[in-house]
Amino acid sequence: MTDSTPENAMISVRDLRVSFGSGAGLVHAVDGVSFNVQPGETYGLVGESGCGKSTILRALCGLNPNWSGDVTIGGEAMTPVRTRSFYRRVQMVFQDPYGSLHPRHTVNTTLTEPLKIHGIGDADERITRVLVQVGLGPAFRYRYPHQLSGGQRQRLAIARALILEPQVLLLDEPTSALDVSVQAEILNLLVDLRERLGLTCILVSHDLAVVAHMCDRLGVMNAGKMLEELPVTALEDDSPTHPYTRQLLAASLGYDRRLASTAVEDIEG
Amino acid sequence: MSESPQLLVEDLHVRFRTPQRMVHAVRGVSFSVGREKVGIVGESGSGKSQTGRAILKLTPPNGTVSAKRLQFQELDIAGASEREMLKVRGSRISMIMQDPKYALDPVMRVGAQIAEAIPESPRTSAAEKRDKVMAMLEAVHIRNPARVHDLYPHEVSGGMGQRIMIAMMLMADPDLLIADEPTSALDVTVRMQVLAILDDLVTRRGLGLIFISHDLNLVATFCDRVLIMYAGRIVEECAAADLQNAKHPYTRGLLASLPRIGSRHQKLAVLNRDPAWLND
Repeated sequence: MTDSTPENAMISVRDLRVSFGSGAGLVHAVDGVSFNVQPGETYGLVGESGCGKSTILRALCGLNPNWSGDVTIGGEAMTPVRTRSFYRRVQMVFQDPYGSLHPRHTVNTTLTEPLKIHGIGDADERITRVLVQVGLGPAFRYRYPHQLSGGQRQRLAIARALILEPQVLLLDEPTSALDVSVQAEILNLLVDLRERLGLTCILVSHDLAVVAHMCDRLGVMNAGKMLEELPVTALEDDSPTHPYTRQLLAASLGYDRRLASTAVEDIEG
Repeated sequence: MSESPQLLVEDLHVRFRTPQRMVHAVRGVSFSVGREKVGIVGESGSGKSQTGRAILKLTPPNGTVSAKRLQFQELDIAGASEREMLKVRGSRISMIMQDPKYALDPVMRVGAQIAEAIPESPRTSAAEKRDKVMAMLEAVHIRNPARVHDLYPHEVSGGMGQRIMIAMMLMADPDLLIADEPTSALDVTVRMQVLAILDDLVTRRGLGLIFISHDLNLVATFCDRVLIMYAGRIVEECAAADLQNAKHPYTRGLLASLPRIGSRHQKLAVLNRDPAWLND
């Protein structure tokens, strides 16, 4: 991959390790992962649950200070504890819009909070602008999360991430809690925002079709390790060689009894 | 289906009373299930899960069910008493719930939970029960049944939890299995394994399967027949293999809104809901 040099990368991760527990219960959730994301690129991370893909995002955005390795974002080396200015540049959208929004905060409160924290003055203008940007409109400003549908909630979660005008957006399964027709709307919105705002994104998903739709390059993970990195064109040409990637690719096309029997043999081991 | 169907549903309605209004969740659904895999697809709120629950009379207390006919083999479910339903539920019709995390009892070991589903018989000894449970855990491809037998639900993975649920549901050897999103909490590779187990059961034991899902691709490739539900009605019924050629604009819209490998840099079609779909 010629376009993944660390020198000009927006996000550069070298030998990232995250572990939980201690002694006999020690689990290496992320075990020496390295990758680079270029400015304006959307990088996909795929793998099963528990493979460490969300743990990487949490380490990158400072939610988990317990990691080792070298992480550079926007040319700046990251320390476990982040400064306030870091969060103006890097924001995250979580998987479940039913869990990630405070049920007793209105849309207005949810969107005002980051502005207050960062001491930004033009709250009124920014909130209106960001609500239009994510396709909700100012009419939603004084609603509570329970008055919004799943898709509208995820739009609000995206608005909350965008209101600080970050350069990097970390997306942790942003559509897996949504119906397919709503998923299409959110994916279209993300593509649109990414182009208009020039965002650099990392998209974590277990759905290869979503990653193939959104990303330029992707990393395939299993058991805390990066198995391979490949351009999305390799998926389109059906040319991945790693058996695990092939398994994911086949599974994304639906059920196949023949393939499933090899899967069953696998677990019978 | 040459033989008579296992289950016959005719004009099923489910209504919920809420403080504000009456919600008509299922609005006149008719279908039959033989010894085959029937998929029910629809978005959240389309009434697919309530259809499955109504068959077992598991509709929540604020809901009312009415149907012209709700027949399971020789039994008229619509007219059956709660006492009669107790003999049906879990033994002749089983239901696999969506999320093993919530459906399994967290303070009971896996083996004991599965053993609960063994039909009551005074002559079954503890050792026999344990053997039965072990055999069933093996049947759902659990590698080390003796270890899993003594675990608590929080100690097993999602895929294993789902297989434990299936084992429990099969203990009584039912004729009809209702699976409500049985694989949506699972990863793609584990999903294939669980589906293969269900598939073999339908083929080997000849049971009927109602597979409730929102995943069109999965239903199209796994089931024999597909019912597409929208706003409490079946808007289309077709052979699973023909789903790609579906005629109803709702089904076509859903199919078009799926991202695919190769759809990069294209805008996904967004579903425009036609109010007329509610009435045709």
